[in-house]
Amino acid sequence: MIFAAIAVVCGVNLVVQTHPISSALSLVGVMGALAALYLLLGGEFIAAAQLVVYAGAIMVLFVFVIMLLNAGTEHKGHRTWAKYAGVPLLLVFLGLIASLIANRLPASENVVFGQFTKGSPLEIGRALFTTYLLPFEVTSVLILIAILGAIVLARKEID
Amino acid sequence: MPQLPPSVPLSWYLALSLILFVLGIAGFLFRRNIITVFMSIELMLNAVNLSFITFSYKLKQVDGHIFSFFVMVVAAAEAAVGLAIILTVFKNRQTLEIDELSSLKN
Amino acid sequence: MLSLWLIPLLPLAGFAVNGLLGRRLPKSAINAVAAGSVLLSFLWVLKTLSALGVFGGGNPLEQAYVEHYFTWIQSGTLNIGVDFAIDRLTAVMLMIVTGVGFLIHVYAIGYMAHESGYYRFFAYLNLFMFFMLTLVLGANFLLLFVGWEGVGLCSYLLIGFYFSEKFATDAGNKAFIVNRIGDFGFSLAVFLIVIHFGSLDFATVFGKVQSMPVESSAGWMTAIALLLFVGATGKSAQIPLYVWLPDAMAGPTPVSALIHAATMVTAGVYMVTRSSSIFLHAHDALEVVAIIGLATAFFAATMGLAQTDIKKVYAYSTVSQLGYMFLGLGTGAFSAGIFHVMTHAFFKALLFLGAGSVIHAMSGEQDLRKMGGLRKYTPITFWTLLCASVAIAGVPPFSGYHSKDAILASAYTYAPWMYWVGVFTAGMTAFYVFRAFFLAFFGEPRWKADAHDAHGHDAHGHGHGEPHESPPSMWIPLAVLAVLSLVGGYINIPKWLEPMFKSAPEEPGIPWTAMVSVAAGLIGIALAAWFYLIAPAIPEGLARTFSTPYRWIYNKYFVDEFYDSLVVNPMVDGSRSLLWRVVDARGIDGIVNGAGRTARSVGGVLKRMQSGSIRSYAAWVVLGSIVVIVAITMAGGGR
Repeated sequence: MIFAAIAVVCGVNLVVQTHPISSALSLVGVMGALAALYLLLGGEFIAAAQLVVYAGAIMVLFVFVIMLLNAGTEHKGHRTWAKYAGVPLLLVFLGLIASLIANRLPASENVVFGQFTKGSPLEIGRALFTTYLLPFEVTSVLILIAILGAIVLARKEID
Repeated sequence: MPQLPPSVPLSWYLALSLILFVLGIAGFLFRRNIITVFMSIELMLNAVNLSFITFSYKLKQVDGHIFSFFVMVVAAAEAAVGLAIILTVFKNRQTLEIDELSSLKN
Repeated sequence: MLSLWLIPLLPLAGFAVNGLLGRRLPKSAINAVAAGSVLLSFLWVLKTLSALGVFGGGNPLEQAYVEHYFTWIQSGTLNIGVDFAIDRLTAVMLMIVTGVGFLIHVYAIGYMAHESGYYRFFAYLNLFMFFMLTLVLGANFLLLFVGWEGVGLCSYLLIGFYFSEKFATDAGNKAFIVNRIGDFGFSLAVFLIVIHFGSLDFATVFGKVQSMPVESSAGWMTAIALLLFVGATGKSAQIPLYVWLPDAMAGPTPVSALIHAATMVTAGVYMVTRSSSIFLHAHDALEVVAIIGLATAFFAATMGLAQTDIKKVYAYSTVSQLGYMFLGLGTGAFSAGIFHVMTHAFFKALLFLGAGSVIHAMSGEQDLRKMGGLRKYTPITFWTLLCASVAIAGVPPFSGYHSKDAILASAYTYAPWMYWVGVFTAGMTAFYVFRAFFLAFFGEPRWKADAHDAHGHDAHGHGHGEPHESPPSMWIPLAVLAVLSLVGGYINIPKWLEPMFKSAPEEPGIPWTAMVSVAAGLIGIALAAWFYLIAPAIPEGLARTFSTPYRWIYNKYFVDEFYDSLVVNPMVDGSRSLLWRVVDARGIDGIVNGAGRTARSVGGVLKRMQSGSIRSYAAWVVLGSIVVIVAITMAGGGR
């Protein structure tokens, strides 16, 4: 629960903060909270991966870019119609899915730590290299392409 | 053995996922800085990851974890490329405001 | 398989060759293809008929010989195939169409030698042959109608052949439009036939008709018969739809000979004869046929008395003779009517071709008042036209006498008063035909005085000092037709066709009716000789004394003007003010433009979606996702 609360607060913070750096740090907070929640749900590997990959690498990337671009605080913007329509839309969305969850899903069991044993790296590794072998290989190609794309896009022009 | 944290109904996890997702959309719609928008997208992805893991727990299968893993990988790749694009745009336009990057307009 | 399809398809091939390639072919090639295809068709007809035993003895073609090619329409219980059939009636028509058609093609080679659009003319002629043969060979009403419409089309094309002259195109339009009115009646008749008989096949329909009782008063059988006859009045120029035929003389003379004398106009007669069982089961309709035929014969003859254009004289004569044919049909003498079709084809084609020869000799002049004394200059034309005129006047033993007399005899048995009107008309026929003959060939050469204004519809553009005889390509067909006009009466068609019309009344042979009609003919000739040979002042005097009736006759009873004011002008004005301004400009254009305007405004609204603002895109995405989720939930997706 606590972690959930932390996650929410950080999330709100992210949205609310004016300076991108603050938003980035809030995002880190969210990820950390989520990692804890994953652990509770029995996903040890995923929790570790989240912390290492997401919170560690990606957010660091974000922070670097923000500092590189010297992004300042936002100033108040003019209103587009999206702003007006946005809130009601969101509320609708929220309500919709909430009702879906409430109606469709059976009264749930409680989450007990330790009940889910399949989240260990052993299990995940087994699944990755048998059932999900192809996606695994494809993702490696994807990463390669992403690297190439990022390099091409961000390099200085060669004179 | 340390005391276990109190058990919580599963649906609460899904509710959290939903809240985080909506927050992400809100950020996406209401913020003007493009990097912040990007971060909201990452928030949304995380929320979805949470729901994947939750369902994986419920169904007692490992597939949810696998999906979540792939989502993370893809998010990483996407973040890299997206930020590169933002860098390029910044070089051309000198601005990071989403409303001014509207050359797709008629 | 006797390959009946070759008969119409050979001219069609000629049409294709001449039509597509004719521009580049030399004249000799065009001639060979055009006339040759018809000749081949004629020969194939002969071969087919001899294979069917027609030229031998015995009793050939008791039943129709049918060839089925493929099924054209199959809809529910209605099954219409493409079938050709030959029975005795078709055999007669085939011989006439291909034989006389061939002769006219040969003639046209000479006649049209100096015209532009040479290949086009022969292409149209061949196309016409194709349609006419389809009409005659068709074994169901629909194929007949195909040929029917097709010959109407070719008539339009050929009448308006000199398309740079407005009166020619007007005449073509008039022919086609008036024909259309008749075709409308015909179509209605076809629909009724389908409704009542469930088929359009001749054998099926007529078989069913035979088993039905004779209808005594107006009912649907009468309706069918009358509507069929409406079609016939259009195509065969009877009252009230004959008005196109005199105007059709604007076309080249071979066209007048072929289409408006020998073949197309007899299509109506053929059709009525073919449907004889329907007519014999609806006596009221048959009576209508007879009366209209007689009336047309009479009135057209009166109009022919005063015409000054040689082709117009023969045109009215055609209308009149067609009236005779329908009189024959209406009094039950179907085979006599067809017999007259044949003899009429001979002498009327000859008359027209001879007129063409005269016109050619006179370098395009068609006005009788400007001719005269041509006997010395064009002897062959003189003799052949004499044969034709004698034949049409009904002088024995020439062909016209046999056929006309058969009709008149039948008329007498039906109703004596009809016979007497017919006799009087015969007298008039003889009179006006010989009037034209004497005016053209005898007397002083009136053309010598004004040899400079030779302007005519078929102007050839070569100024001859003196009239000259036509080339052999023209006078050989004339000679052949003359022989046929003389002896054609001895081909005893009525006897041969009689078994076809089992329920027709017997055709009696009352001798004195024949003699009276012959006498009437001779009186007519004598009167014409007196008026125009011996004492030319008399007709002028008569015209002055009886000026009003003369004016009426000369102006064709003002029928055209009457139609104009009654039908044509209101229609044109109505079309212009109502249909054009309101319906077309406002209604239809309004709808079309309105559709455009609506599309544009919708586009304007939707345009705002593409605002370029990423944020609004995002909002749209959320909206869209809500819609999708709702939809899936509604459709029962998810658990």
